[in-house]
Amino acid sequence: MLQGWVIVVTSFAYLGLLFAIAYYADKRADAGRSVIASPYIYSLSLAVYATAWTFYGSVGRAAADGVGFLPIYIGPTLMIALWWVVMRKILRISKANRITSLADFIASRYGKSALLGGAVTVIAVIGIVPYISLQLKAVSNGFLILMQYPEIVMPAKVGAVPVAQDTALWVALILALFTIAFGTRHLDAAEHHEGMVAAIAFESLVKLLAFLAVGVYVTFVVYDGFGDVFARAAANPELEPMLTPLEGVAGNYANWVWLTILSMLAIMFLPRQFQVAVVENKDERHLNKAIWLFPLYMLAINVFVLPIAFGGRLHFPAGIVDADTYVLTIPMAEKQELLALLVFIGGLSAATGMVIVETIALSTMVCNDLVMPVLLRMRSLRLNERPDLTGLLLGIRRGAIVAILLLGYLYFRLAGEAYALVSIGLISFAAVAQFAPAALGGIFWKGGTRRGAFAGLLAGFVVWAYTLLLPALARSGWLPIGLLEQGPWGLELLKPLELFGLKGLDQITHAMIWSMVANLGAYVAVSLSGSPSAEETRQASLFVDVFRGAGSAGGARFWRGTASVPQLYNLLARFLGSAGADEAFDAYARARGIAWPREQLPADAELVHHVETQLAGAIGAASARIMVASVVKEEALSLEEVRNILDEASQVVMYSHQLEQKSHELEAATTELRAANERLKELDRLKDDFLSTVTHELRTPLTSIRAFTEILNQEPEIDAAQRQKFLGIVTKETERLTRLINQVLDLAKIESGRADWHETRVDMREVILDAAGAMEQVLQEKAIRLELKLPPRVPPVRADLDRMTQVMLNLLSNAVKFCDQAAGRIEIELSERAGWLRIDVRDNGPGVAPQDREIIFEKFRQVGDTLTEKPHGTGLGLPISRHIIERHGGRIWVESRGEGACFSFTLPLARDAALDKAA
Amino acid sequence: MGEFEAKGQRLIGLCLLGFVLFNYPILALFNLPASVFGIPVLYAWIFFAWAVLIAAMAWVIERRG
Repeated sequence: MLQGWVIVVTSFAYLGLLFAIAYYADKRADAGRSVIASPYIYSLSLAVYATAWTFYGSVGRAAADGVGFLPIYIGPTLMIALWWVVMRKILRISKANRITSLADFIASRYGKSALLGGAVTVIAVIGIVPYISLQLKAVSNGFLILMQYPEIVMPAKVGAVPVAQDTALWVALILALFTIAFGTRHLDAAEHHEGMVAAIAFESLVKLLAFLAVGVYVTFVVYDGFGDVFARAAANPELEPMLTPLEGVAGNYANWVWLTILSMLAIMFLPRQFQVAVVENKDERHLNKAIWLFPLYMLAINVFVLPIAFGGRLHFPAGIVDADTYVLTIPMAEKQELLALLVFIGGLSAATGMVIVETIALSTMVCNDLVMPVLLRMRSLRLNERPDLTGLLLGIRRGAIVAILLLGYLYFRLAGEAYALVSIGLISFAAVAQFAPAALGGIFWKGGTRRGAFAGLLAGFVVWAYTLLLPALARSGWLPIGLLEQGPWGLELLKPLELFGLKGLDQITHAMIWSMVANLGAYVAVSLSGSPSAEETRQASLFVDVFRGAGSAGGARFWRGTASVPQLYNLLARFLGSAGADEAFDAYARARGIAWPREQLPADAELVHHVETQLAGAIGAASARIMVASVVKEEALSLEEVRNILDEASQVVMYSHQLEQKSHELEAATTELRAANERLKELDRLKDDFLSTVTHELRTPLTSIRAFTEILNQEPEIDAAQRQKFLGIVTKETERLTRLINQVLDLAKIESGRADWHETRVDMREVILDAAGAMEQVLQEKAIRLELKLPPRVPPVRADLDRMTQVMLNLLSNAVKFCDQAAGRIEIELSERAGWLRIDVRDNGPGVAPQDREIIFEKFRQVGDTLTEKPHGTGLGLPISRHIIERHGGRIWVESRGEGACFSFTLPLARDAALDKAA
Repeated sequence: MGEFEAKGQRLIGLCLLGFVLFNYPILALFNLPASVFGIPVLYAWIFFAWAVLIAAMAWVIERRG
């Protein structure tokens, strides 16, 4: 059933499906309902990293040396953990500056240098073309092998087939068509290709499923699970050493580490990865999911690599079947036609996905950073006078796509046989790794200069070409092989694979070490030896400080000159078409609330910057700079001026920080003030209460005095006994009045802190005995029994003697007032605790209700109904006592359990007294 | 910004941890002619550590607060 036409029809049906998906996604995007705005699609599109090289080549490499393929996937896992820091920054910079390719990114960072953009483009094209040819080779090989079914025959040497019958050529042409259809459908200032991204995400799913299918089949159907495969491998003397593959070779771990580092850089700087990760990114937040989903994808696609590799080695006799084809040939050998077809489609997915994205990315670079800068400089073309250049731009890109794919095919025809798949892929990885110092240095180090970046790129590239490209060419027979074996001119030290005598490493590690030394060294040394221009200083600040508010609007600060709106509009329309220009101006006007197209749009620095950024999206930063400069009159800023603007900006940031801090402080102060105000209001209310209570208390005795004196005054004939009684009442009330006033004054004095305290050593025993003596008369009158429980001797306290007596008298007279009227009993107990003296005054009266125990210590708060009952005192005794005790560092409270009340207070012992006792 | 920075630092930490786990000398410890559940120790270790690393990254990214 697996005839040639079935394979061809299935392949075309699959490509047709891709077209349909891409077409649908593009339509949805035009309607504003994007299908790719999802973190899952974003993660799947990142999986374009897994190419035919992964699909076929991983097994090939595993079959040769066991775990050697794994660093290529572990590296990206480690790198993507850093994306939270690195990629977010690149995304932010790229969105602010409308960066559309890696070349543009590096050129833009170093002062919008056309030279640098061109250099990156050339390196990328030279480095990537072999990688593309590798994909073509994989597809064509897969096709040719499948065509031979049920035989398993390795395809003839490339070149044996005439060009017109070569499958690889047709694959290249069909892919060129697809790429043109979805990569250059229209010019978009943001370079979004939604249809392409949707198709790529779908392809990522297909290749994963196909690989898992063949993996499960080989592991669990052909063999009896992982354990079985490995057990058989262990029993095979040829395979057994591969189970501990890291042993023996000295450079093994070094190779492993460098391969990891190389892959870490590749995941950032392969043009296709930059395209899907940065240019096609719809939302920075998609990074979150991608950071763990993408590594998970890589883990999944690698799980079955080793079983398939061992399975293949066990299945086929050595040397007959190329290990790179095991995924396809095992199902074929087992007569699983459908599975073989599925595998072929999976490989097709992996290859086409890579080729499509890579060519789009490269064509953008070639157009914006290589061709356009040259064309715009060639005055004889009179490009400045052409009203619409969109056609030209699209034409250049389409031409570039076809040219790149044909270059890939050419390389495949000429040199495709020299290496196994993996080696070619790694050579490309090493080429793009040369972008790392300039790109990563550029976003974290302001000191990197254009000259430094160029020197680094050049040095790294030359070493790469010498140590990797040259040997590849020599092995393909294009250069004498003696170059490798004896070195150029017989100089051993310059042997490309053992440069300066560095031996024992594989050639990728060897090339990485020397190229990185040269690249980084030149980048840093040249950067440090010169000083950046104004333009470079400005761009460095916009890139490195992108999170510190130096975003898209930041660039406008650096422009000074005059421009006109129609000129700017026409410029944009020439490259984006009038619809694109309208849209760009609309967006600008909307964002500023200005009615466009009326002549109110000011042609100021911001508008110029906006136009330049939009233009940069279409033709690259360097060309955009040239074009804008050609239609506006601008003053070149000196380095000094740029530095001043930057200083101002950083000062503004600093001031705003300070301002923020000040406002925080102010807020705190306000809160404090509000609290203080509340407290003052409360105190004010208390004072009012106090005044009204005091006047009320004063009025009661006054009323009674006035009533009796009026009687005495109006009725002279009142008898003597009566008169005597009345006068007695008047005298008593006057005394009460005096006492009240004295206490009010006393309290005011204590509260305001103006009272005089005469602290001496006071023996509380004496105080209690004195107070009891003073009250003796009253106690006898009321027949109250007083019991004193005093220890023979207590340590002294440091206190004011008169005040202490006052407190004792207060408590004692309170007790007298409230104790049982018939059989009154009062008990005073003095006791010594650790460092304290405690005095309890107990009575057998009605007690104090729990809710009143705090209230009675407040001013004028007598418990009970003051309207019906005659007041028992001034209501100031307990508050005054509390003040006095607290002033001495003690505490006063009341307890009431069952019968009677117990007023207690404590006083700290004088310090020297405590010492006396301790001694 | 505090939470962003904290996540960034945790992820950098995981990257460094990964570098240690997949490197000499840890890797050499597992380069033994033995197997767990029928899988050679070295392979088992790499895939196990890899999976754990991814799980840790997911945990750092996805948890709130």
